Amino acid sequence: MMRLPTFSYCAPDTAEEIAHILAEEGPAAQIVAGGTDLYPNMKRRQVEPKTVVSLARARALRGIEWRDDGSLRLGTSEPLRALERDPRLQSTLPALHQSVLSISTPVLRNMGTIGGNLCLDTRCQYLNQNFEWRRTINHCLKCSGDTCWTAPGSPKCWAVNSSDSVPVMIAMGAKLLLQGAAGRREVTAAEFFDVTDGREWIRRQPDEVMTDIVIPSQEGTRSVYLKLRRRDAYDFPVLGVAARITMDGDLVSDARIVLNAVGPAPVRCTEAEQALIGYRLNAETIGEAGNLSRRGAKPLDNTDYMPNYRKKMVPVFVRRALAALA
Amino acid sequence: MTKRKIQMMLSVNGEDHDVSFLPHRTLLEVLREDMQLTGTKHGCELGECGTCTVLVDGEPALSCLVLGLECAGKDIQTVEGLGTAGGPHPLQKRFAELNAAQCGYCTPGILMAAQSILTKDPTPDRETLREELAGNLCRCTGYLRIYEAIEMAAEDMQHGS
Amino acid sequence: MAPKYRIIGKANTKVDGLAKSTGATKFADDLSLPRMLYCKLHRAHVPYAVIKNIDTSAAEAMDGVVAVLVGSELPTQFGILPVSQDEHALCPDKVRFVGDPVAAVAALDEDTAFAAAQAIRVEYEPLPPVFDPAEAIQNEVPQLHDYGDDGNVHKRVAMEFGDVAGALEDADEVLEDVVFYQGNTHLPMEQHATLAMPEADGRLTIWSSTQTPHYLHKAVSKVLGLPPSRIRIIACPNGGGFGGKSDPFNHEIVVAALAVKTQRPCKITLTREEVFYCHRGRHPVLMRSRMGLDKKKKAITGIHFESLLDGGAYGSYGVASTYYTGALQTVTYKVPNYRFDGVRTFTNKPPCGPKRGHGTVQPRFALEIQVDRAAHALGMDPADFRLQNLQPPESVTANWLRIRTMGLKACIDKVVEASGWRERYGKLERGHGLGLACSSYITGAGLPIYWNRMPHSGVQLKLDRGGGVTAFCGATDIGQGSDTVLASCVAEILGVDLLDVRVCVADTDLTPVDLGSYSSRVTLMMGNAAIQAAERARDLLAKACAEKLEVPPARLAFADNRVFDTQDPDKSMEFAQAVVFAEAKFGTIGTVGSYSPPKMPGRYRGAGVGPTPTYSYSASVIELHCDEETGIIDIDKIWIAHDIGQAINYHLAMGQVEGSVYMGVGEALMEEMVYRDRRNGAHKIPSLLEYKSPTTMEMPPVDTFLIEEPDPEGPFGAKEVGQGPLLPIMPAVANGVFDALGVRVNRCPITPEFVLAALESKDKRSGPKSYPDLRIEAPARILTPAEGGDGYEIDQKRKTKQLAREQRTDEQKTTR
Repeated sequence: MMRLPTFSYCAPDTAEEIAHILAEEGPAAQIVAGGTDLYPNMKRRQVEPKTVVSLARARALRGIEWRDDGSLRLGTSEPLRALERDPRLQSTLPALHQSVLSISTPVLRNMGTIGGNLCLDTRCQYLNQNFEWRRTINHCLKCSGDTCWTAPGSPKCWAVNSSDSVPVMIAMGAKLLLQGAAGRREVTAAEFFDVTDGREWIRRQPDEVMTDIVIPSQEGTRSVYLKLRRRDAYDFPVLGVAARITMDGDLVSDARIVLNAVGPAPVRCTEAEQALIGYRLNAETIGEAGNLSRRGAKPLDNTDYMPNYRKKMVPVFVRRALAALA
Repeated sequence: MTKRKIQMMLSVNGEDHDVSFLPHRTLLEVLREDMQLTGTKHGCELGECGTCTVLVDGEPALSCLVLGLECAGKDIQTVEGLGTAGGPHPLQKRFAELNAAQCGYCTPGILMAAQSILTKDPTPDRETLREELAGNLCRCTGYLRIYEAIEMAAEDMQHGS
Repeated sequence: MAPKYRIIGKANTKVDGLAKSTGATKFADDLSLPRMLYCKLHRAHVPYAVIKNIDTSAAEAMDGVVAVLVGSELPTQFGILPVSQDEHALCPDKVRFVGDPVAAVAALDEDTAFAAAQAIRVEYEPLPPVFDPAEAIQNEVPQLHDYGDDGNVHKRVAMEFGDVAGALEDADEVLEDVVFYQGNTHLPMEQHATLAMPEADGRLTIWSSTQTPHYLHKAVSKVLGLPPSRIRIIACPNGGGFGGKSDPFNHEIVVAALAVKTQRPCKITLTREEVFYCHRGRHPVLMRSRMGLDKKKKAITGIHFESLLDGGAYGSYGVASTYYTGALQTVTYKVPNYRFDGVRTFTNKPPCGPKRGHGTVQPRFALEIQVDRAAHALGMDPADFRLQNLQPPESVTANWLRIRTMGLKACIDKVVEASGWRERYGKLERGHGLGLACSSYITGAGLPIYWNRMPHSGVQLKLDRGGGVTAFCGATDIGQGSDTVLASCVAEILGVDLLDVRVCVADTDLTPVDLGSYSSRVTLMMGNAAIQAAERARDLLAKACAEKLEVPPARLAFADNRVFDTQDPDKSMEFAQAVVFAEAKFGTIGTVGSYSPPKMPGRYRGAGVGPTPTYSYSASVIELHCDEETGIIDIDKIWIAHDIGQAINYHLAMGQVEGSVYMGVGEALMEEMVYRDRRNGAHKIPSLLEYKSPTTMEMPPVDTFLIEEPDPEGPFGAKEVGQGPLLPIMPAVANGVFDALGVRVNRCPITPEFVLAALESKDKRSGPKSYPDLRIEAPARILTPAEGGDGYEIDQKRKTKQLAREQRTDEQKTTR
């Protein structure tokens, strides 16, 4: 049986206490929310934290609150299932609802949290393996080795950001609140995931815990999330496309297209977006945006499906996402 | 970090048990190895198959990804609490009758997931079952008899038989 | 008309149904014993190397470690086939794939065992590995094994029945297809587990998740050097097998040795990753098929079929697998001339072996695609082409396989009608398609794995004065329901209730040998043995009752727990009373039954693989749609008809068909055993997340039809159902893709990448482009029945006499 390594465990009542413990323990501590990401990684000995800090008892990290300005505050340790079952979220934030619903399986969504999905550790077929397996390839850059086997010449780790909710949060302009030992700070989702290396896939300081997600009102926008994967359950995306369109009459006034699972960080397709703004959303502009979206995506051979196929699917999925919004 | 066991009360199938186990042990290990409740099976211990599904406070959870100590004060339900051969739960009865349990290894997990579905939706349609059971892999049945058994059990429960 | 049965064919609850649905069934890992140790294996991190040194000192020094075991302590080799005894419990000198076990530890708890196994240091001298079978043929050195046909070729087969060159030359058109079928694995939900316990009297008891306790018994005895009488193997109910638990495994022998060494119970439970290393799954097979067509007769003139099997690092069932890739091409459609060339290579990967449909799945995929093409080439509906060329019942094929009942016509008719094939095939909108494919499978192998003249299955009955009947048999319930089949056959004959029959199975101390749950043999072989034992018991009871009731024994019938006069049913007694009278008259009532398959007409070398008492048949129509832009296939609906002869239990039969369809869907669309050749040959995806097994979301609705025409060979007319219905699924999907998009994917699984590749290609086809030169010499020539052959290879009789002498010597050895 795959078993956990030993560790000490604590479940503080407040975010401040959590941050305090994280500050004390440093990188030897890991946060656990639903456990669906951390515990498998620990069982495979990808991480062996000295201390596991649970968010389970911190009540302030819960809640799905709709505010008067139409914005939504989500407590980060709210289970994915709770978001999925929220009728207002389903009707007003369809892309978020689609992305949450597409995560793994119902049982895992019971356990996993929205904060956990946002902070999901990057994944790679060379990494998400048992210790003994990784010994066979002499370990990898992200975990006690010195070569990224996905791109052996590269100084960077190419593990993949495989979160479904991340591209949607970026497209919707979500803000994330973090509690550190020294205080709180706010960061946009776009900034938080603006990384280049799979080893540091979120811009979180070791003492910080994400407490809240604030999604501004999406009034006047249309959004969608599409996902490529082998099976319609369990599987992480090997391509995720979030798109949000704002229309001014017949013309696109704002467009956001965000890809995920094509590299260590989500990819904003700015060229494709620019090709839409000021134009009608029709077959021609959608086709053009699709073609332009290809540029940012660099899928490599470390997930399911062949990389050239995933690359080929980028414009197809972007076109389909936009077509769904037209 | 030590190998010292912790001692706690664990409520399993409506009974409080005084159990002691190592703090890094998962609920799966505690149930099977510390409490000899081997009805709950395991297929990967990594959250990739659904075999070890139990109910924690009525909601399905993978016992391989929950710490035993995280279950303090919670109500754990396993297949052993669902019914007995002499007094089976309608789900158990129908699974047996329809050969919905072929090798029977994924069965306890699926039964617990099914039990939770029926609690929320006493008359689930096929699509609901399909979506809600997407996390429980079965290599024997193709799921078809499982759907039928749950549908028949739902009917039994509606009619109080 | 089929006779009326009380139990056979009915929708009874299976005897172990509630045990399984209450979680009461004890699988091997559910067992634990006082003072039990946990075992872990240290497995190779390199694909191919000589072991220079094994340092176990750090492991031995750990608190809680009780024993460490290395290969030199168990030098005797074992393996499932007598001709491939090439495995060691722990590698003593060489490792041959990543995952090959080198050392083992036994510790007080599994955490410690894990840590200790990791602390073992092995020094290797690497050897150049070979991962590709085409390369393995070229690279004769270094040789993986010092046996086999040549170099890294494990087995080479070439045989010709009739005149194939002539048949292809005379054909109006010759179709040629090169097809690749990727390997895949069984993936039972239960990870293998074994518990071994030293008994106080010096014996050894082993509980294991094995499909073949009898073969495990032999292997443990051989390697441990203990007489079989001191070893008791109990096969626990298997949490799924599918062929993956049919070999004796390293870990089973290792825990047995550790139990002896430590004199404590010792258990091992494999991790999911290790289950992938045990493998013995579907061989990757590259195939080339050339089929000659007669345009006037709209018939097949001959087939030349070639297969190249990637066997992995050990023999396993591989010799049989090789023959199976060429055996059953002839049992569905008339093939007057047939040639088969097969080669199995060793490569540095986990060993392949028997998975559901053993060796026949890959060639069936190629054949059914080619048959579909043949129909189109002849301007015929693929259903009609098949129907017009069916191999007749009660016939012998060109390669000397004897067909008994043949229900394929009924199967095709059923799925064609149910699916609306006639109205819809070729007429759905682009992107939507229907595919048809058929198949056949053996109902038990005609020959045992090791040469002997003993029965393949034995059943003993013990009748209790209270009316209870205990049926003892070595068969193993792996989820297919063999316990229920055993109880059903006995209960039917003795007229008692299903629950009045207690089954006692799969225990080498208590039960007569049944060869194991493989090759779809149990229902037919155990069933016939059970019927014989039950009829013998019934005869004894009838004699005793006849005296008491004063009627001739022949007039007595057994039903509803009573024995009664068929002409005057009031003259009757309870079954229990009948047992009492019989016991008073004859003494303790116990009977035996046994079964051996009939002699087969093929006498040539290799004729042992393919024959069976009777073949099952299946046909399937699959409706699917396929996205032209993404290549993603969605199966909308599956219709399947299976010629089962006679269902023993309706729910079990249906479950086997549905489960086969499920596994076929996985193989057709997504399941692949793949390796990182350039990264030490590591298994690419040894996990349940990345090895894709269909979830509920991928499983389409299935309409299942059982075709019941009792076969004279089967118990109550039953044929197999556990494997055959898997076979048509993959080619039906491929043929459906052709109907939907007009492209041929000559490769399984049919993944989106290959669908797109076919759409983008000039010839609207994707898959392998060429077939390597296998350097096949002249094939063995065997005259077909139509040519007036005698089943022997030409000039072989002399050789055969020699062979028979050798076999007799073998037999003597076996009995000794």
